[in-house]
Amino acid sequence: MEQTVEFAPATGVLSLIWLLVAIPLASAAVLLLLGRRADKWGHWLGVLSVAASFVLGLVFFANLAGLESGSRSAELSLWEFIAVGKLQVDFGLLFDPLSGVFVLLITGVGSLIHLYAVGYMEHDPGRRRFFGYFNLFVAAMLLLVLGNNYVMLYFGWEGVGLASYLLISFWYTRPSAATAGKKAFLMNRVGDAGLAIGIFIMFATLGTTDYGAVFNGLSGLSATTVLVLGLLLLIGACGKSGQFPLQAWLPDAMEGPTPVSALIHAATMVTAGVYLIARSNPVYTANETLQLVTVAVGAITLLMGCIIGAAKDDIKRVLAWSTVSQIGYMFLGVGLGGGAYALAIIHLLAHGFFKANMFLGAGSVMHGMHDQVDIRRFGALSKHMKITWLTFATGWLAIIGIPPLSGYFSKEPIIAAAFEREVAWEAWVFGLAALLGAGLTAFYMTRLFVLTFHGPARWTEDNQHPHESPLIMTIPLILLAIGSVAAGWLMSTSVADWLTPVFGAEQAEPHGVLSHTMITILSLVVTVIGAGLAWSLFRRGTALEPQPAGVVVTAARRNLYTDAFNEAVFERPGIYLTRALVFLDNKGVDGVVNGIAAAVGGGSGRLRRLQTGFVRSYALSMLTGAMLVVGAFIAIQLGWLV
Amino acid sequence: MSDFPFLSILTLLPLVGAAVVAFIPRSKAELAKLVALVWSLVVLALSIFMWAAFAVDGDRFQFHESYPWIPAWGANFTFAADGIALVMLMLIAILFPVVILASWHDVDQSKRSAPAYFALLLTFEFTMIGVFAAADVFLFYVFFEVMLIPMYFIIGSFGSGQKQYAAVKFFLYSLVGGLFMLAAVIGLWVVGGRTFDFAELAQGAGSLDTNTARWLFLGFFVAFAIKAPFFPFHTWLPDSGGAAPAGAAALLVGVMDKVGTFGILRYCLSLFPEASRWFAPAALTLAVIGIIYAALLAVGQNDLKRLVSYTSIAHFGFIGIGIFAFTTQAGTGAVLYMVNHGLATGLLFIVVGMFVARRGSALVSDFGGAGKLVPVLAGVLFFAGLASLALPGTAPFVSEFLVLIGTFSTHKGFAVVATLGIILAAAYVLWMIQRTTQGTLNPALTEVPAMSKDITLREKVVVAPLIALLLVLGFYPKPVTDVINPAVQATLQDVGTTDPAPTAVADGKVGG
Repeated sequence: MEQTVEFAPATGVLSLIWLLVAIPLASAAVLLLLGRRADKWGHWLGVLSVAASFVLGLVFFANLAGLESGSRSAELSLWEFIAVGKLQVDFGLLFDPLSGVFVLLITGVGSLIHLYAVGYMEHDPGRRRFFGYFNLFVAAMLLLVLGNNYVMLYFGWEGVGLASYLLISFWYTRPSAATAGKKAFLMNRVGDAGLAIGIFIMFATLGTTDYGAVFNGLSGLSATTVLVLGLLLLIGACGKSGQFPLQAWLPDAMEGPTPVSALIHAATMVTAGVYLIARSNPVYTANETLQLVTVAVGAITLLMGCIIGAAKDDIKRVLAWSTVSQIGYMFLGVGLGGGAYALAIIHLLAHGFFKANMFLGAGSVMHGMHDQVDIRRFGALSKHMKITWLTFATGWLAIIGIPPLSGYFSKEPIIAAAFEREVAWEAWVFGLAALLGAGLTAFYMTRLFVLTFHGPARWTEDNQHPHESPLIMTIPLILLAIGSVAAGWLMSTSVADWLTPVFGAEQAEPHGVLSHTMITILSLVVTVIGAGLAWSLFRRGTALEPQPAGVVVTAARRNLYTDAFNEAVFERPGIYLTRALVFLDNKGVDGVVNGIAAAVGGGSGRLRRLQTGFVRSYALSMLTGAMLVVGAFIAIQLGWLV
Repeated sequence: MSDFPFLSILTLLPLVGAAVVAFIPRSKAELAKLVALVWSLVVLALSIFMWAAFAVDGDRFQFHESYPWIPAWGANFTFAADGIALVMLMLIAILFPVVILASWHDVDQSKRSAPAYFALLLTFEFTMIGVFAAADVFLFYVFFEVMLIPMYFIIGSFGSGQKQYAAVKFFLYSLVGGLFMLAAVIGLWVVGGRTFDFAELAQGAGSLDTNTARWLFLGFFVAFAIKAPFFPFHTWLPDSGGAAPAGAAALLVGVMDKVGTFGILRYCLSLFPEASRWFAPAALTLAVIGIIYAALLAVGQNDLKRLVSYTSIAHFGFIGIGIFAFTTQAGTGAVLYMVNHGLATGLLFIVVGMFVARRGSALVSDFGGAGKLVPVLAGVLFFAGLASLALPGTAPFVSEFLVLIGTFSTHKGFAVVATLGIILAAAYVLWMIQRTTQGTLNPALTEVPAMSKDITLREKVVVAPLIALLLVLGFYPKPVTDVINPAVQATLQDVGTTDPAPTAVADGKVGG
């Protein structure tokens, strides 16, 4: 039973959806072009532009909800972007239930983080530039989710990559920040190349890159083509979302200011990979191998993130690995397909709230502790930063999945869905991985929470007066905390239905290897065990220096040797290859041509004259080169004649 | 308006200007610069009129003019422009005033004559316009050779570093290539009915003997491959680009090298269609090797101007696969690439020149943390870098995307390897940016007073039009692609290839 994908043209208010992208883009342009003249008020323009997009997003969302559920979409073509031969790509937008929830997440959480950044970046001389880049990011991210074809998606995809680069290396005078930014861009480009080739396949086989036409044409493609296409898109998704094997850039991205980590490297941009797979759900649903690979990537990454996160002492890096791990859950969800698509999106939204909340909380802690990031040097902060402590607590309880907070409603169903794989061994492997991940998550997040806010104070000598952050930072924290508490329940009741036009109705009967009640009980048990273990281990604080550790902990501290692998397999050979080629090109290609010429011209004594521009040698060198080509041609000709 | 002799006037105008500027005494250097600038702006204005007069849906060749030259040989001063030539002429008209303004102080420090330098630039513009406007093979050949002369003097007399070595190397590489072409031109005249007229030759292209046509193709191709340059004929370019003044280097890679790719499109493809198809796999292989090889070399350079030269060689690889993939998208992409590369690499060379002029050195290792001192200039360098790595939103993205998607539909393997080039492009651009403008400030920079002077008004005027064009064409490339597209389709018709249908549609599984 093939379902045809069709989008309704945008009418009425919805024909203004382009404003969502245009407003933050215009604001970014103003902030970056006006320069210092905008220093005094630039940050407020930055906040207002995102807030304006949020308000518009709400209006458009309400309008969309008002449409009949069968035609709940608005497609808008702005202008012909590329029109060459059969390739027709419009600058086109699509506002549908899926892009709608992303718009609200990006602009809603984005507004709060922009507001927070006004306070956080107050003493930074580059604050206006920061808001320029931040607005540019929002514009690119909105284009990414609002495009109605894969080229527009790619446009936004590389745009957010640029904004991410600019913001990671925002403090560009720090060599580590500059390196981290470059690393992020490069690893993302590896993914981008995959996505680009995927787009080429669509054009070569279907003659289009529009979502609707691609999805409707899938039935005409061979299984292999669908598999290759899906794997290429998956490479793109892994690059952007920091999934195995392209995860190494994300923890380094914490070099950027904390609001950047919260918005880009937790709540929105890194979830673009999940969006890509969810948007391309007809591709993934069409091929079981593809789903299996996606599920495996998710499972590997979620465990990897937990294990490494448990061994880190930098508050932002723990949160970064936690993000890697949580997006692993989302990949698991979209890989499982069927009803789990919506579950992954719900987890993505809930994660957007609680992880942004915790990142901003971490920023608030750093703000009160002179930019200290080492959790071994915190402790007892609950007495000094009450709002930060309480809001962070909601994020902590939400992510480990304590009912009735949001994480419970969003993560537990994904674990259950993993146990419902049709093939029994897959159900056990992926279900248990997701379950184990839940226990580990409870462990490392509790460790983080306890070491930061409880136990004895282990502050450094010069840093004895922690203080709460100003209201402009705590108000966004409080609002995000409310979201962390309530969002899960709200969304689990309505979002799945809302997304039905995109993912299709859920038909599968539950037939898991374990009953749903059993899974609920198990996941709560492992969560309590993980959290309890961490609480008992760390409630009295921890050593201030790294302790000798066993094989597992050492490996986890070194990111499971993935960085070492990248360095040994890609970086070093790359550097040596480049050096060798530079030598070869100067001494080889040039030298061979010149050298043969000199030999022909009569002896090596003439080589020296090359450097002074000896005319005849060059003439001979060119002649030799040309003779080589002609000789090759003759050889081919002879072979061809025979 | 289309009866107006645009092309001959456009060609001769800069030559007259060059003569005028050359006669201005050295003591009045500022006047010479001003005259040169105004003159190039007049050429730009006329070119804009010509663009407006060009009928997109009209004949393939427009503005046709012909005057007798050497009747005994059948050689004429014939001019005509198709969409491909038109966009290149427009690029020339835009880049020259920009470069003249960018080169304003380039000669001030040396003992050389400023009027001579600007006269050479205008002479160079004359030869550039002529080579693209010519529609007579002999006339084209003459311009192809004559254009070496002004550039030879620009590099040899006004360059830096090993300028003599670079100038001679440049001249000889091109000259030897030209000799191959001369042989092929004569051969073509003999077998092609004793005419040099492009239109007549193209009509008779099908009747050439297969082997003869392949030899003649090779003669032209070697000349163009050296000019472009394609791997392995490229080693002259880093030397020339490194030694030439930055503005002239922008013209060298931005415009002059395009004669090579333009020549392949116009002369190799249309005059020797069978040979073009036969040689295509070899040409594609060279082009793809060039993309990866030159990008790796660019990563390893420690001289900014050589680095940019190597990036250009990689970009010419993209143009090369676009030409020889024989699809509408790839071909249009290749021509658009020629335009966009002129704007992007032109900007990159010019901004690098601004850095080099301040620092007195082009070595990457002599910079470091410069963004702290000259934030706006560093921003412009970064933007030029982004355009060079073909970021969406800048014009080169559109052309690179078209080349790759068009190539993929006929040559999957080549396209996939070429796509890996976009990762390397990010590597050479970002590493260059990191080593020059980011990181801790190199203490030596603070001792150079000029390094603390951020972008000047003149420099803003220089970069602004290029940045604006790169952005506008990045979002709305249609005015240019619409001009290029019919000419590319006509060329592919000459070659005798058609775009493949989407495979699923061709199998009848999906309604086309």
